[in-house]
Amino acid sequence: MTQTKKAPVIGVLAVQGAFIEHRRILESLGAKTFEIRQLSDLNRAPAETKSGKFPFDGLVLPGGESTVQGKLLKDLGLFEPLKKLIQDGLPVLGTCAGLILLAQKLSNDSNVYFGTLPVTVQRNAYGRQLGSFFAEQPFKGITNATDATIPMTFIRAPVVSSAGEDVDVLAEVDHKIVAVRYKNQLGITFHPELNEDTRIHQYFLKMIFSNFAIDG
Amino acid sequence: MTEKYIADRYELNKNLAQMLKGGVIMDVTTPEQAKIAEAAGACAVMALERIPADIRAAGGVSRMSDPKMIKGIQDAVSIPVMAKCRIGHFAEAQILQAIEIDYIDESEVLSPADDIFHINKRDFQVPFVCGAKDLGEALRRIEEGASMIRTKGEPGTGDIVQAVRHMRLMQQEIARLTSMREDELYNRAKELQVSYALVKYVHDNGKLPVVNFAAGGVATPADAALMMQLGAEGVFVGSGIFKSGNPEKRAQAIVQAVTNYTDAKLIAKLSEDLGEAMVGINEQEIALLMAERGK
Repeated sequence: MTQTKKAPVIGVLAVQGAFIEHRRILESLGAKTFEIRQLSDLNRAPAETKSGKFPFDGLVLPGGESTVQGKLLKDLGLFEPLKKLIQDGLPVLGTCAGLILLAQKLSNDSNVYFGTLPVTVQRNAYGRQLGSFFAEQPFKGITNATDATIPMTFIRAPVVSSAGEDVDVLAEVDHKIVAVRYKNQLGITFHPELNEDTRIHQYFLKMIFSNFAIDG
Repeated sequence: MTEKYIADRYELNKNLAQMLKGGVIMDVTTPEQAKIAEAAGACAVMALERIPADIRAAGGVSRMSDPKMIKGIQDAVSIPVMAKCRIGHFAEAQILQAIEIDYIDESEVLSPADDIFHINKRDFQVPFVCGAKDLGEALRRIEEGASMIRTKGEPGTGDIVQAVRHMRLMQQEIARLTSMREDELYNRAKELQVSYALVKYVHDNGKLPVVNFAAGGVATPADAALMMQLGAEGVFVGSGIFKSGNPEKRAQAIVQAVTNYTDAKLIAKLSEDLGEAMVGINEQEIALLMAERGK
């Protein structure tokens, strides 16, 4: 990524799960990150953010347990403010549990969290830990003819069982949808934060830059 | 199983532990307790017939739980389910793998089945967590294939002193290792009875190559915050919840304390009106030191 004047500032939800891994990769790409553990953290972002519209430039909802994260979001008063930011167009990357938080519907769970992403998601779609696996598959907008795949780590992963009309399907594994984009929301069933490959985070940074019409 | 498959499997198993970080793993004995734990925000549950405090009280030989009871808990919740096997009892571990447990705890809480050998955890596809009271024990378990470590603490006592001791010792030993000259690492590997590669990893990274949780004696939100501030990446709570006056409320409070472990104001609020904590036994009053099992 070319060095821009100001680094984007990205809030990483840190109530539970693999948030440090996301921070590490985003920082290595030149972004500034901070952890969101409680309501006061939302105003903790450095003042020099790119857009006046949002308190920070992007949000990451990491992997972990969606039941825990969903409950803590509500207990800690973070749920409504974050939902509003996402609805207002703040770029957001949700991985695994983070995708579950974004989904409009869960096929095997009566809970709905933010519900901002028009997809139906099936939790633990590959069963228990013995069903966790690696794959290497193409990812629309990232891979090409010469560089055909990206690594994908699935840990007790969900799948997107159906996606709304305006949802762009970015990747599939065995005919199951594993990555989608809908406007400002990027939802991924696997864990790009667990590999050395940084291309999905670069893709997310591009979403942030295009959101502010600044060249990445 | 190809070498690549085994290496991938180990990586995936370490990855699951990464997803549990910042969370609380709770001991449960029934599907009802498992549901309470899940609703209170547990990131995983440990299914066992008797919680450590009752194992301690009952005495006698304590073994792996009834698979039917574990399956009942697996059916009751959507979060990962762990279960314990005896140290060295690889046949119990094989049974737990056969029922697709998410994590096996080769645990000193149960009576050891082998007083010399731990399970060769590399033979398994499901992940293992093991207890450790110092860096040497932690690295030896990792060498054997553990993909997650926890302090031993002293289970079933409600006394945090041993977990604190184990966590501090481990952190001190890690800090000492990182400050050593590279040519000193060979001797340190010999002292710790582990491979040079593992010692070198800790030296270079300043941390274990797997996730490290606190366990043993956690009874209050303050206990959980203490362990997190000492460097734990998450917390196991055994007897502390379902042996207390108001399990649901206490469980929720501990979950929030782990997320915001440096916010004393919040933890003060969380600690109000939790009802009676588990009675607890002081270290000096214990006849059986479980932490001394398996080195």
